[in-house]
Amino acid sequence: MRKGANILANTDWLTVILYLYLVFYGWLSIYSATFDDPNAPMLDLSQRYGKQLLWIGLAVILAITIMIIDAKFFSAFAYWFYGFIILVLIGVLIFGKTVAGSKSWIQIGSFAIQPSEFAKFATNLALAKFLSTLNIDIRDLKTKIIAVGIIFLPATLILLQNDTGSALVYASFVFVLYREGVSGVFMLVGLLMAVLFVVTLLYGQVAVIVFLALITGFLFWLSDKIRRNYKFVAGFFLAAVMFVFSVNYVFENVLQPHQRNRIKIILGMINDPRGVGYNVNQSKIAIGSGGFWGKGFKEGMLTRYHFVPEQSTDFIFCTVGEERGFVGSLVLFGLFLALLIRIIYLAERQRSEFSRIYGYGVASILFFHFAVNIGMTIGLMPVVGIPLPFFSYGGSSLWAFTILLFIFIKQDANRLNVL
Amino acid sequence: MYKKDFSSRKYVIILIFITVAITYLIKLYNLQVVSPSLSDKAKGLVMRQITEYPRRGRIYDRNNKLIVYNDAVYDLMVIPRQVKDMDTDEFCSLLEIDTSFFVKQMKKAEHYSRYKPSVFLKQLSKEDYARIEDKMYKYRGFFVQRRALRKYTMPIAAHLLGSVGEVNTQDLKKDSYYKPGDYIGKSGIERFYEKLLRGKKGVRMVKVDVHNREKGSYQNGKYDTLSVPGKDLVLSIDSELQQYGEKLMKNKTGSIVVIEPETGEILAMVSSPGFNPNDLIGRHRSRNYVALQKDSLKPLINRAISGTYPPGSTFKMVNALVALQERAITPYTSFSCNGPESTPIKCTHYHVTPLRLNEAIKQSCNPFFWNTFKSLMNKPSLGGVHNAYRKWYSNIRSFGFGKKFNTDIPYEKRGNIPSAEYFDKVYRGSWNALTIRSLAIGQGEILVTPIQLANLAAAIANKGYYYPPHFLKKAEGEDSLLAKYTTKVYTAVEPKYFNIVQDAMRDVFAKEHGTAHYYEVDSLEQCGKTGTVQNPHGEDHSLFIAFAPKSYPKLAVSVVVENGGYGSRWAAPIASLIIEKYLTGEIKRKKLEKRIMEGDLIHNKNTKSKGEE
Repeated sequence: MRKGANILANTDWLTVILYLYLVFYGWLSIYSATFDDPNAPMLDLSQRYGKQLLWIGLAVILAITIMIIDAKFFSAFAYWFYGFIILVLIGVLIFGKTVAGSKSWIQIGSFAIQPSEFAKFATNLALAKFLSTLNIDIRDLKTKIIAVGIIFLPATLILLQNDTGSALVYASFVFVLYREGVSGVFMLVGLLMAVLFVVTLLYGQVAVIVFLALITGFLFWLSDKIRRNYKFVAGFFLAAVMFVFSVNYVFENVLQPHQRNRIKIILGMINDPRGVGYNVNQSKIAIGSGGFWGKGFKEGMLTRYHFVPEQSTDFIFCTVGEERGFVGSLVLFGLFLALLIRIIYLAERQRSEFSRIYGYGVASILFFHFAVNIGMTIGLMPVVGIPLPFFSYGGSSLWAFTILLFIFIKQDANRLNVL
Repeated sequence: MYKKDFSSRKYVIILIFITVAITYLIKLYNLQVVSPSLSDKAKGLVMRQITEYPRRGRIYDRNNKLIVYNDAVYDLMVIPRQVKDMDTDEFCSLLEIDTSFFVKQMKKAEHYSRYKPSVFLKQLSKEDYARIEDKMYKYRGFFVQRRALRKYTMPIAAHLLGSVGEVNTQDLKKDSYYKPGDYIGKSGIERFYEKLLRGKKGVRMVKVDVHNREKGSYQNGKYDTLSVPGKDLVLSIDSELQQYGEKLMKNKTGSIVVIEPETGEILAMVSSPGFNPNDLIGRHRSRNYVALQKDSLKPLINRAISGTYPPGSTFKMVNALVALQERAITPYTSFSCNGPESTPIKCTHYHVTPLRLNEAIKQSCNPFFWNTFKSLMNKPSLGGVHNAYRKWYSNIRSFGFGKKFNTDIPYEKRGNIPSAEYFDKVYRGSWNALTIRSLAIGQGEILVTPIQLANLAAAIANKGYYYPPHFLKKAEGEDSLLAKYTTKVYTAVEPKYFNIVQDAMRDVFAKEHGTAHYYEVDSLEQCGKTGTVQNPHGEDHSLFIAFAPKSYPKLAVSVVVENGGYGSRWAAPIASLIIEKYLTGEIKRKKLEKRIMEGDLIHNKNTKSKGEE
């Protein structure tokens, strides 16, 4: 193999540059949200922006390391990574440290790390490895079950850590499965379930079931084809009805009170801007006050003066919204969309199925984080505590996303070496 | 194995990404560009409007002695909207209040405004403030505002200075300058010169963080306005004389008014019983106010301007002057007096008869003044009793009776000089001098205030004119305010007629049978007149008016001692001591002073004075 210059030449620099832009934009936002003394050095490790600068430095080292390591290393050891992280996740459940209600941290000396962040790339590796194995056909039920199992195992462990947000991220693999040939019906069914869940909460079981019955009746009346497939349609109707009946039970008994409240807020079922709706309300005010052009760098008074909780981590977008306004938000959206579409473009040009599947996994995870995180700050999604990739303060999340992305960039740089 | 190509599904996935992004951008556009209310809400969270209260003007006496100044206290303010889950118990114990008070104050504040600051707890002392200052960051929505409280260098002149209290709903409606919790002059000088004393409030916009800590000025103070301190006032009051007057009036009901005839400046105004001005400041103001209001002796009333009395014999000079002016009598006209047997008004003194005006004033002869009054009313050239009365009426009013001076003394009463129309009504048009004979000796329907009596003394001292009595001596840059006090007001009586009256008033002291001869001190050149006013509620009121020295009058005095009996018993010595004090600075007549100061007409009597009218 021709290495060295080859890697540099084959690296997709556009992706790397988008990554660097996002990290830099993110760091500026953290700086603006957390600085107190304008004369303090940038690398003041007592400050969040200083620490984040250190994390970024380490992330760059990680990225370079990944680019140097042999590309085959990741596919060869995919299951090892996966197995190791599963053991760590179990370990966290036993020895972990509880932060903000989630038992998802491991303390090593003065240093705390969140293994669930790293479980994402490991799961992605394992799933790619499994689905790219020869003689594996996604259309086989067994394959589907194993694939879903690979996804569900870490998700379940993370759910047990009481970190619902991070667990939900694994739902993003539905895009990967879809791309690899799983019927779109599954996605549609998932979407339908979400819709039914919401309308049932809003309008009650009876109304929804009556509505479903009317629709079914209308469909029967409408088309011969549907009448002929009456068993299927009736089964579908019954499944929907059962789902509807289960909604209230799940909502009241499975979800925790704060989760119920977050959903109720997003659906407008309760309005409590000073209590459970405080975060989102303050966040919306901060973003909304940014206006078209924003208030300017370090001028975001709401975010600077702590009116938005968690503004350097989960609510970092508020700083962008307040200080950079609609224009800055547009730039951020542009950067993310460009990165996502670029990744999909790169994934599609891979000769190796492993690389392609892995690439889709990267895009899906990043998209899910982006959509849920920003959706939450602007009140379109319930509050789910997951970070905005490359933006939110925190070493674990930055490194995990860096590793996730750079393994793919490495695979892509190596694509010509794949037969 | 052949695998189907699903690569076109990438478009579906990209479409989903883009759809979500566009949905979010639309929402963002709505939040950031379309809806302006969020920007206001953000300002409401970050900005706090801090009112800068100016120092209230200080008050000095005529010798530039400080009487009223300010002391810092701290009001605890609350913005209900910003209050967020706090430890109420801890908060209450920190402030030493109970929970029900907390709930009540919060409700009150919310009722006023959720966004604007309201006073939560008034007037914390410096010590209390120091104690809670460090802990305030824990309680969002609460902050402390510095305020000034009135302080008095000596506990005097409560009535005329007036007090400062919180604005009521009427004040708020009348003037938008005031916000709930602001202070305003409630009475006296504080009320009349409120606009001068209060200055102008300033506003400072500051940024605060979520813990309510100040983070510097908002937009470099672009919206800030400076406060303007209140104007200092110099009053005409002589604080020493005022204090002395209050000592003399202790345990008596009534008033002393001292005017400088040369200027109309009020040197002292005592109303008794009074109260300590320090009782009506601070947190205990309302409690003390209610107690004073309930007091049967009505200490809150300023009797010097709001008390109305029949003037009695002190009015005889006015009647004489008017009669002289209208040529109903001359200085040489004499009438006879039958002492207690006189009709229709008997005389209370024994003296020579017949007698002239000077003797009549000296000995306060009632029949002489009845005859004088009758001569005036029946004087043919005046065209009948009704017309004569009208002439008398307008001449009397030219001395300031029956009307207000309308200077800088709020709550002044006008007293009463009955009009001809009034008698027409009461006696159905059929009345004559005899019907209204009481007026001849200052009784009957006539009511005057002590300040009007002091002004009468001043007008006699000036031989025919006076300046409206007032308190303001100097207010920096407000000279125009003084203009109306420097305009002479002429009485209807020519100066030449005053000589005989002045001489007679001098005789009241100087001559052996003068009603105030006992209080004569040669060097003081005192002139005066007693009044013993019949009073249906109890013993006679003791009245006296005086001025001194005769040759260059420095002060004019009126003294009213309710239920004090003869004018010569209480009112005359009090007026004489005031004159001595003011002219010489010290009292030689220690025994007399002691008798007056220790005299107690309130507690040593079975029948308490009722009311002041």
